[in-house]
Formats: sequence, C-alpha cells, structure tokens
Amino acid sequence: MTTTSAPPAPPRPKRRPGDRLFSGAARGSGIFILLVLAGVAAFLISEALPALTAPSDEIPGGEGLAGYVGPLVLGTLLGAAIALIVATPLAVGIALYTTYYAPRRIAAGMGYVIDLLAAIPSVVYGFWGLAVLAPKMVPFHEWAADTLGFLPFFAGPASTSGRTMLTVGIVLGVMILPIISAISREVFSQAPALHREAALALGATRWEMIRMAVLPYGKSGVIAGAMLGLGRALGETMAVAIILSGGAGATLNLISNSNPSTIASNIALRFPEATGVDVNTLVASGLALFLITLAVNMLARWVVNRRADFSGAN
Amino acid sequence: MSTDTRSAPRPTAHDPGPVAVHRRLPRFAPVGIFLAGIALGAVLSALTGFSIATAVVYGVVLGTLAVYVASRSVEGRRKATDRLVTSLVTTAFGIAMVPLVSLVYTVLDKGLPRLDSAFFTNSMYRVVGEGGGAYHAILGTLIITALATVISVPIGLMTAIYLVEYGTGRLKKAITFFVDVMTGIPSIVAGLFSFALFTLLFGNSVRLGVMGAVALSVLMIPVVVRSCEEVLKLVPNELREASYALGVPKWRTVVKVVLPTAVAGLGTGVTLSVARVVGETAPLLVTVGLITGTNLNPFDGRMATLPVFAYFQLTQPGTATQAFLDRAWTAALVLIILVMALNVVARLISRFFAPKTGR
Repeated sequence: MTTTSAPPAPPRPKRRPGDRLFSGAARGSGIFILLVLAGVAAFLISEALPALTAPSDEIPGGEGLAGYVGPLVLGTLLGAAIALIVATPLAVGIALYTTYYAPRRIAAGMGYVIDLLAAIPSVVYGFWGLAVLAPKMVPFHEWAADTLGFLPFFAGPASTSGRTMLTVGIVLGVMILPIISAISREVFSQAPALHREAALALGATRWEMIRMAVLPYGKSGVIAGAMLGLGRALGETMAVAIILSGGAGATLNLISNSNPSTIASNIALRFPEATGVDVNTLVASGLALFLITLAVNMLARWVVNRRADFSGAN
Repeated sequence: MSTDTRSAPRPTAHDPGPVAVHRRLPRFAPVGIFLAGIALGAVLSALTGFSIATAVVYGVVLGTLAVYVASRSVEGRRKATDRLVTSLVTTAFGIAMVPLVSLVYTVLDKGLPRLDSAFFTNSMYRVVGEGGGAYHAILGTLIITALATVISVPIGLMTAIYLVEYGTGRLKKAITFFVDVMTGIPSIVAGLFSFALFTLLFGNSVRLGVMGAVALSVLMIPVVVRSCEEVLKLVPNELREASYALGVPKWRTVVKVVLPTAVAGLGTGVTLSVARVVGETAPLLVTVGLITGTNLNPFDGRMATLPVFAYFQLTQPGTATQAFLDRAWTAALVLIILVMALNVVARLISRFFAPKTGR
C-alpha cells in the first residue's frame, strides 16, 4: 500500500476480442438466467391479470378469485404438511442409519438405493399410489374414522376408494424422502470427528454420541432439507392429480371422498379443457403457487447458506 | 475421513477401573431376542387373522420392545436407549424400502405384458381398443428432451463458466442464489410460464412441441449450472496458471484446458439433468398436449410424449379399459427404464472419460 517507488507497472494485458466475446457470452448467460426467472413472474402476472381484474361472478365457482384459490391453497398446504410429517423423521432415521449404523462397506450402496427413489418420475408415483397404496389404505381409513373420529382431520365418513388427502400426503412423503435424507446424510457425515470421538471417549453410547455431537451440528441442515422437500411437495402435480378425488371446498377432513384439490393438480386437470377467463384463473392460481414455493425455497437456501458460512471453521 | 467410530474401545468385564463393572448382553443375544419377538408377532398376527403386513408390524414392534426390556434389565438404561434407537433407525430404513420395492414390483408386474415390439413400432393412430403402442410418444419425448438439452446446455454451461472463471461480487452472488431458487420452481409453473410466453407471441390456444422444450429448459438449466459449476471448481488452478504462463488467452485456456479436463464430470452432470426432466409430465401436459398420430415436428402443433401418454391412457381409458391400462403401465415401465438407463450412462461417463492423471 505504501510503496510509492514500486517498479513500473507491467504492461496491461492485451484485451483480445476472443476474450471479450467469451467473457461477455458467459456473463450474458448468467444474466439471461436472472431474466428468465424475472420472466416467469412477469409472464405469469400478465396472463393472470384478466382473472385478477375480472368481476367475481365470472371466476369459476362464482365466488371470486380468493374463493376459488383459497381451498386450493388449503389443499396444497395440507398435503405438503402430511408429507413433511411423514418424511422428516424417516429421512433423519435413514440418514443416521447410512452414516453411523449401516455396515461401512454397504452404506454407500444403501444411500444410492434411497437416491433411486428420487429418480422415479412423479407420474409413476401417481400410478403406484392409485393402484397399490390407495386400496391398502382403506382399512386404515376406516380404523381412523372409528377411533380418531373426534379429531377434525379424521371426521370421516371414511373413503371407500382410499383416494384421499391422507394417501396423497403419504405418497408425497415418499417422494420427498430422498431429498431430505440426502441433505441430512451430507451434514451428518460432516459432523466434526473430534467432537464425535470426544463423546465416545467420555463413555457415551452411540446414541448419546449422536445426540451430543451429530444432531446439534446437523440441525440446520435437516431443517433446510425439510424445507426443500416442502417446496417439492407443494409443487408436485401428477401424483396428486392421479390419486386425489378432489374438487370439494375447503375442509380439514383428510379421509373422506371429498377433498380440497391442490393448486398444481387442479391446473393439470383443468388446463387442457380450459378456455377464456378460466385459463387466466388457472394461471393466477399458478402464480400463487409460484410465490409460495419461491418464498419457501428462498428461506431454505438462506438457512443452507447461513450454515455454509461457518461450517468451514470445522 | 474419521476413524471408525464403532471400533472405539468399550469397557469390558476385565476393566480394573474404579467404575462399577458393566454387565453386557452376549454378542448375539439382541438379534436372538429380536427374532423371538418377531416370531411372537407372527403368532399374534396368526391369531387375529394372518396377513404379512400385520405380522411384520407386530413382529418389529414386539422385537424392539423385547430387546429394550432385556437390555434395560441387564445393561441399564443408557445402553437400552442406545439399542432402542438402533432398532428405530434400522426400521426407518426398512420402511423406506417398502415403497421402492413395491413400486418397482408393481410396475414390472403390470408393465411387462405389453412390453412387446408392437409397443415400440405402432402409434395410437386409429387405435381404439387393443394393440397400438407408444412409438409416437417415445419419439416425441426424445425430440422434446433433445431440444430442451440443446437450449439448456449452452446457457447452463456458460453460466457455470461465468460463475467459476469470471464471476465476482454481487452479480455472482445473485446468480448463485437465484439458480438455487430456480431449482425449486414447480414443474407446472414452468409449463405455465412457457404457455404464457407463447400465448403472447402466437395468440391463444397454441400448442407446440417447442413450448414443452422451453418449459423443460426452465427446469433443466439450474440443474446443469449447479452440476457443471461443481465440476469446474474441481479443475486444479495449476493447469490454468500453466496455460497463462505460456501466454494463452483466458478464453482459450477455458476452452482448451479447463473444459477438456472436466469433460467427464460435465457429461455426467448433463446426463443426470436430462434424466431429471425426461419424466416430467405436468409442463408437457399444459404446453404440448397429446395426439394419437405421429408428429415429429416440434414447431408444428401438438405432439405425443411418453409421460403424458401414460397419464391419459390411465385416466381416460376407452371402452377396452384393460388394453388402455396395460399400455399405461408399460409406458410407465419404459419411462423408468429410460431414467435408470440415463443414470447408468451418467455413471459410465464419469468412469470412462475421467481425466488421465498421467501418474
């Protein structure tokens, strides 16, 4: 900083046209991606505008846009919430199993098998849910209606087909399981070896070691993974569209034949035949979904990145 | 990596320490007790009307409880908790296996009957009952996915190059963050975006194959960026510096040194991103639609794609219901095979095109 008698600066490197072109193309691609994301929002808004400004009796259902989108938002949140409740404890268990319990030699293979769950297309999950899981869930639905009927979630009457919000939530849970377990596995395996060995040296059992050294370290990673899974569950379309017998208004009842549909599946089911202001209404509901998932994902990324800042210290 | 945590020394009966001597279950006792619990569960299930599901559930619960009680009475509370958690965690893994195995079995079971040559050579043109196939849908999926790849890879790769080689400051941070956020865009929203874009350009109710490709690109670009970025970061800086020292311009360094070194990882990343979008249904449903005949021109009208084909075969069967269901399941099977094949190809690429280290 203070060297005033520095040797003469080396000649500035020549800016070749090829260099300028290449770096410009690279930077342009990066900016283009930002534009695409802005474009997604802009085009959705432009197509949704007619529905936002239309008189409420022209919106399907005749109760205005909020009356149309409201139950769909409720259905979306219900399904995603069940998925999260089902998947998070399982995913944490799987992550712990593959990092600290499974025989070392086959642990990597087991992780790969779980990742296979993520490779299966969502439409196939829908097929499986409809053909296998839904019939198998019917007895459970009846049992839940009989014994847990006092809760609003299980008020019944129990569905005879099993095509309910509960079944959908479980299928969504299976679909987001690999996302949560992959991220949890990563943070668990990064738990500082010194902490783990110190815990064991003090005489801790394996579970006490995990509780003292691994879980506190991996907590934010699990939360971030769960939120990424939540984002996926909120936006999942085909599995819900195939399994759920939806279309009813807002209800918390998870096990009856009439369930609130979800935003994404409602679009998939209605869009091919929609015309006029119906299309705009569906796009408007898609905009709502976009904003919800955007918020969830940004929050999740913020949690992940915040953690990345201090994990380097270990 | 750390040392193996399980080989940490445990106090044994011979320990002369001041601590009270620990009593431990013999090595195979927990497994034996667990199996006894399972057998008890099977008996219990048989008493209440036997089914495999209840037998397994009763068995695992009883086995876990038996191990916990035995361990608690012999080894004490802490060790018992440890064994309980071991059972729970192993059970969690087992539970996760159930849907995977069940799904693969179901798809194979229902999909294999129609996995014949007609399925790959016939379209659904003028087919109302049995017969017919997914020739048009398979080709449509390949064309649209290829188009999406052609759009996504240059943009994604150049962005990754920008992030690793050129990017600084706020723009880099913004791109990294929003690429991450973009990974989470619901696929149906990507479809709606493409629909809205083309509706503004070409008027109402337009359906084109290229609309699907654009929608898939929105889903694919962030995946390409992330995987390529990770790979480019792994290229050692010494290579770049050696190239600069020889007077090679930066862009030629990237093209001739960095990219060839990373080509295996780039290939793997791109293949995995193709595998990610090839099974997408929702965006194609709202942009490309479905036809029964063969249309191979993505710039002219509706096309058939495999996931949408499978969806409509299942949900809108005609009079010959079983024939439609069979085709739907076979399409699902072909889709899974396609995705798995892409995953295998990705692994092979990373194995065979890995950079020669010259050691």
